[in-house]
Amino acid sequence: MNLNQEEQAMLAGELGMVPKLAMEHQIKVGEFFGAKDLVPVSQAHVMADTESLGEAGVRWLEALAATNDGSRRVRIPTITDPRGTDFGKAKELKQADWMLDLESRTIAAFVKLGVAMTDTCINYQTVLAATRGEHVAFGDTGVVIYTNSVCGARSNFEGGPSALSAGLTGRTPRYGFHLDECRRATVRVTVEWTPDTLNDWGALGGVIGRIGGDYWAVPVIEGLERSPTSDELKHFGAAMASFGSTALFHLVGITPEASRLSDVGGEGLTQRRVGQAEVKALQESYGGDDGEVDVVVFSAPQLSLYELRSLAELCDGRQFKIPLLAVTSPQVKPDADRFGYTSRIEAAGGSVYSGMCFYQSYAREIAEANGWKRLATNSAKMVNILGGYGYVPMLASMERCVEAAQTGRLK
Amino acid sequence: MTKPSNPGASEAPIGFRPKPGSSSSASATGKVFLAKHGMGAKVSGSALVAKDGFSARYDLDRISGVFSRPAHKLVGQSYLGKVLVLDTAKGGVASAWMLHEMQSRGKVPLAIVFNTVNPILAQGAALGDITLLAGFDEDITAAVPAGAMVEIDPVARTLRILQTLTDRE
Repeated sequence: MNLNQEEQAMLAGELGMVPKLAMEHQIKVGEFFGAKDLVPVSQAHVMADTESLGEAGVRWLEALAATNDGSRRVRIPTITDPRGTDFGKAKELKQADWMLDLESRTIAAFVKLGVAMTDTCINYQTVLAATRGEHVAFGDTGVVIYTNSVCGARSNFEGGPSALSAGLTGRTPRYGFHLDECRRATVRVTVEWTPDTLNDWGALGGVIGRIGGDYWAVPVIEGLERSPTSDELKHFGAAMASFGSTALFHLVGITPEASRLSDVGGEGLTQRRVGQAEVKALQESYGGDDGEVDVVVFSAPQLSLYELRSLAELCDGRQFKIPLLAVTSPQVKPDADRFGYTSRIEAAGGSVYSGMCFYQSYAREIAEANGWKRLATNSAKMVNILGGYGYVPMLASMERCVEAAQTGRLK
Repeated sequence: MTKPSNPGASEAPIGFRPKPGSSSSASATGKVFLAKHGMGAKVSGSALVAKDGFSARYDLDRISGVFSRPAHKLVGQSYLGKVLVLDTAKGGVASAWMLHEMQSRGKVPLAIVFNTVNPILAQGAALGDITLLAGFDEDITAAVPAGAMVEIDPVARTLRILQTLTDRE
């Protein structure tokens, strides 16, 4: 790879041990993908829940943070994805002390590295959205697909080690979605039905993700009858990324790089059609066996203020029979408290969690500790993930999920 | 429609390639397949093959070392010490940490081979020191017979079939 003078100095260790290690990692990844050089990035977003890190990952972070040659702090704004707990409510989840200990050690290491603990997977709604053409290094697939597609900024999926490396060097290898040629459409989808609910938007994203099939596929989508909201695109993109490993889509006439189909080279592609039947089929594959539900969860992605407002309205006048968990970011939670949404949800028997994500919070262990197996949610992303954790996940609208919390059955 | 498996990469060097559509038969012994991307150490082992995706978070019980997602084609099978030959990297960014964590406990596949890879698995393999090969001109999951002994050489970017199960029997 071609390195400029400063990058060569980093690699040689002249700027300290931490940027040297980060640069070595980036070159290894960059050479694997044939990157010609590094591109400066303006922000980094690091996914590092401790279920993923494990003891080994926490020690790796602590070793970086223990470096005392003056080189350990990030060079650009670097923020975090959700943690694996909400410390104030960990006992409600029946999380074990060792989980909290790992989380505390991780936070201490990140703080020493200069990372800001934003603990959010909706930073594009709550911290600072990237702008068209801006190169960033973001973790969390939902963050990346929204940033690439809706904002028109440029990022690959950056796993924790790579996103942190980008924070420490201020650069990332220039390959994949940093390059114009990788942002052209490869799959053309005509949508014949425009969803209304967030679970339907997520399911539509899941269907299109499956059609794309891999990371390098770029769907260009036509036929929507209106511009989706930010929350709708959040669920749509997060599910597409989850089901398809997709990192970029274009909506003709809506997203910034596709004013016209031809802008992204879509006119020569074979047209695939997706209608309500395909979306419903995906949802019905997550219908559960007998309708009984152990727990209702709203998470993945974290809820916006407007989603919490909708949930609070649905909770009014109800008393829940089974647990209902709603998960949001530390930026949204204070406003939800101020506007009374949290108290209305909790008055019905629900709980509002902050700064974590359900599936990143030792989902297998908390299922066993709480006796949870059949889980209802409006997140298509989450139903795709939780099967591997032993759950029977069910996908339904927010309204039906709230009713299930009241009756214990999903109807 | 084309799906680039090597965005930004230079052309792979010319080498022996079996004819497209070659089947997973006993005659596969000795065949060599050239990849576009390689990383890690040279290894040999038994191939665990499926036309399915891979995500450490979505698909695995990482404690016991088996595929756990009910819908996965390898559900219930152990991946420990195996050369995983799969279609594509799937899912979220967690695999980048998880491969490192799995390696620390010795609960890892010997190598991972994909038709198409995503950055997360490459980043995870880089941190976790796991052999990775990706980007073939044909469907590698159809070309490699299940259970075959294979050699992975990331420097040469080759997968060599040393012996099929049929030839061993």
